Amino acid sequence: MFIFAPGLGRRLGARLGAVALGLSLTTGISVGIVAPAFAQSQLLNVSYDPTRELYKDFNVAFAKYWKAQGGDDVTIRQSHGGSGAQARSVIDGLEADVVTLALESDINAIEKSGKIKAGWRDRLPNHASPYTSTIVFLVRKGNPKGIKNWGDLVKGDVAIVTPNPKTSGGARWNYLAAWAWANEEYKGDQAKIKAYVGELYKRAPVLDTGARGSTVTFAQRQIGDVLLAWENEAYLAGAEFGKDAFEIVVPPISILAEPPVAVVDATVDSKGTRKQAEAYLQYLYSDEGQNIAAKHFYRPSKPDVVKPDLLKALPNIKLVTIDDPIFGGWKKAQPEHFGDGGIFDQIYKPGK
Amino acid sequence: MIHNATASPAKWRLKRPSIIPGFGLTLGFSLAYLSIIILIPVAGLLWRTAGLGWSGFFAVLTDQRTQDALYISFGTAFVAALVNVVFGTVVAWVLTRYNFPGRRLIDAIVDLPFALPTAVAGIALAALYAPNGWVGSLFMPFRIAFTPLGIVVALVFIGLPFVVRTVQPVMEELDREVEEAAATLGANRFQTISRVILPGLTPAILTGFALAFARGVGEYGSVIFIAGNIPYVSEIAPLLIVIRLEEFNYAGATAIATIMLIISFVMLFIINLIQAWNRRRYGNV
Amino acid sequence: MSEDARSVLGNPPPFRNPADERPLAKILLIGLALVFLAFFLLLPLVSVFVEAFRKGWSEYYEALIEPDAAAAIRLTLLVAAISVPLNLVFGLCASWAIAKFEFKGKSFLITLIDLPFSISPVISGLVYVLLFGSNSLLGPILKSQGITILFAVPGIVLATVFVTFPFVARELIPLMEDQGTGDEEAALSLGASGWQTFWYVTLPNIKWGLLYGVLLCNARAMGEFGAVSVVSGHIRGLTNTMPLHVEILYNEYNFVAAFAVASLLALLALVTLALKTLLELRFGAGAAGGRH
Repeated sequence: MFIFAPGLGRRLGARLGAVALGLSLTTGISVGIVAPAFAQSQLLNVSYDPTRELYKDFNVAFAKYWKAQGGDDVTIRQSHGGSGAQARSVIDGLEADVVTLALESDINAIEKSGKIKAGWRDRLPNHASPYTSTIVFLVRKGNPKGIKNWGDLVKGDVAIVTPNPKTSGGARWNYLAAWAWANEEYKGDQAKIKAYVGELYKRAPVLDTGARGSTVTFAQRQIGDVLLAWENEAYLAGAEFGKDAFEIVVPPISILAEPPVAVVDATVDSKGTRKQAEAYLQYLYSDEGQNIAAKHFYRPSKPDVVKPDLLKALPNIKLVTIDDPIFGGWKKAQPEHFGDGGIFDQIYKPGK
Repeated sequence: MIHNATASPAKWRLKRPSIIPGFGLTLGFSLAYLSIIILIPVAGLLWRTAGLGWSGFFAVLTDQRTQDALYISFGTAFVAALVNVVFGTVVAWVLTRYNFPGRRLIDAIVDLPFALPTAVAGIALAALYAPNGWVGSLFMPFRIAFTPLGIVVALVFIGLPFVVRTVQPVMEELDREVEEAAATLGANRFQTISRVILPGLTPAILTGFALAFARGVGEYGSVIFIAGNIPYVSEIAPLLIVIRLEEFNYAGATAIATIMLIISFVMLFIINLIQAWNRRRYGNV
Repeated sequence: MSEDARSVLGNPPPFRNPADERPLAKILLIGLALVFLAFFLLLPLVSVFVEAFRKGWSEYYEALIEPDAAAAIRLTLLVAAISVPLNLVFGLCASWAIAKFEFKGKSFLITLIDLPFSISPVISGLVYVLLFGSNSLLGPILKSQGITILFAVPGIVLATVFVTFPFVARELIPLMEDQGTGDEEAALSLGASGWQTFWYVTLPNIKWGLLYGVLLCNARAMGEFGAVSVVSGHIRGLTNTMPLHVEILYNEYNFVAAFAVASLLALLALVTLALKTLLELRFGAGAAGGRH
């Protein structure tokens, strides 16, 4: 038989063989490492953007507590993203044991898919919100535009950074807080309220998809005069970017943001992790859980168990709740304000 | 061997006979793989869209936000492809015609956008062109990042090698004697370039343009970091798909995806036409 | 000869080939190209490394050995190690069928192979969500069998395979078409088997193009963001690939770590380019030409 350029072919063959061997080795090793160890239990907490630092601390505390209680070694995995996007992933099959999202309506959407049983909001204290928060202003050092209250946001050439309410949970609280102030200011005159909120969004040079993106835009990219932010985000940005760069302005009236938590029944029942998942959420209400939340500038639902100096950073202001008649709860407010063709869609005409 | 065994009159017309074996095996595997990876998933998308019905599809299509997002995606991709045609041709020209120190290095770095992950390009470009970045600060108070201009910057980055790498080989093949002939016939250099060289390059430039454009329309990773993402102003169509998904609006997401899919199919068709035309032109020379 | 003509006409020195530009124009053009490339290619690349090393070596190193970053690096390697060989085999099969045979519907097949290249990566991810999601046809069936595709490694691999699908095939098809079928026919008529013909005749002819295709395919597989982001689920240490981890760190204000991981990816890009240039230097521009 005739062989063409035998050396070439064989050398190439050897080389390809080596490459294949290398690749399969990499594969084998990686699989070995990536595959979770099943000797212990593992929880997946699917959460929204600003809670990264909170749960980083809390997960360590819970694992220690659970072990001390005679439980198994529990590892908690975290997934963070926009609240709506995270809910979508869970609906599409992301196997979360617990969800800790920004909005009740996002968990309602999971409930509708059948993965969480109805009545989840009553299974844990305080509407299943172990901590609450509110919306404050983050302004540049010295507050050059003199922003003190919601009305100041639409004066002069103030540029506002806020995320997109269609995708970001935090942004919806921003919107509702502005609405609550305007409702009081204009004595419920719908046309004036809409004009105010519309004007506010006209002043947004960037509409990021998530709260984190907005903070980066404001703090890192130096865009805008004021950032409408979660209270905890505002403090965190101050800590991350240097205390001298920004000031936090707490308006006299804002919204009581209640980020809810729930066990994903479908997952824990198939994985057999219900016990751990329920204990995990319960522990958020414990003394330690509440202190960790306060340390990260969330408002604890049981302030009496929290060290007083942690509460100093969280001043008492008038907080309107979503269940207030002007909003009528998430089930009503979500479609009315943020649904397709809802009020936000009607008033939002960006400055072209 | 495989095709011999199954050779039937029907098959005979499908494929010209050849003594080379493996047609059935390789084509069969290719088609099966293609079906699993591409065709079935894409068909699933189209099937979902069909479920919307004509009116549902039309509602998404006529939505102002959808239209603006599509307009921004196509508009910025078009402008970026134009920029790339101009500068990409200059770069290709400099690389093929002139010898200067570092030429080989420059030649290698042109492929960077092929190799650099888009997310990395996105954060790097955003950091550079932001108002407080190295480049962005030069242009203040004129803003680049977080405006549609920022999208163009990202898409210029993504599309550049497509133009350079399509034009460059054709330029290398250009016959210098034709240029010399033009010069001896009294043409000045500008006339030679615009009347003799450029027409020969047109098919390659068009192909490069179409490739850069097609790639730019769908680009996501690098754009979202630098775009600002303001609805109606700097929100690209792929981002709107993601946003619709996040709103649990599957109908909206699939409808926009289908529109983009159809357009990319048309784009590919046009690219193939240009290339066929290109081959014909050069086949005769 | 043009020089002769010029001296007859008494053209003054400085001596210039009429088919060349004036030196000034030359310098201007080179300058223009360099400035353009500096602003769009070089500066972004440099800034990645500058940002990554802003706080020195030790911070850089710590950002990379941090467990979640290490897990992201491993996952990225795993995904590339699965999807690149898959597309390699496909590329060889498809280019063999397309380049060595004439059959009906060939150009349509080529267009289909090109399709992922012009589809937005987001759509590439979306199609798998629609196919395997909980409220799709296939999702619940696979789920009852205990198979998870979405938000796990299989989904990430699928999305990556989709996006990198055409790279090897598109590199090989023009190369093999150029080479025609003469060599293979000669080998076959001399009694070589089909497999021997492929191994000893075809493969040596296409190996550099093949390597180049694999390089590009690998770079894209490791760097894919949009498609993977849609199907990943973003579980830290589990389903975050390197580009996704970059985004997460970026969103945690951890810019040094974000750029540190990004610099690894940039390094990968540089290695890819270096290898490609090496291939061209050794084997001529034709062996590893552009992608078209």
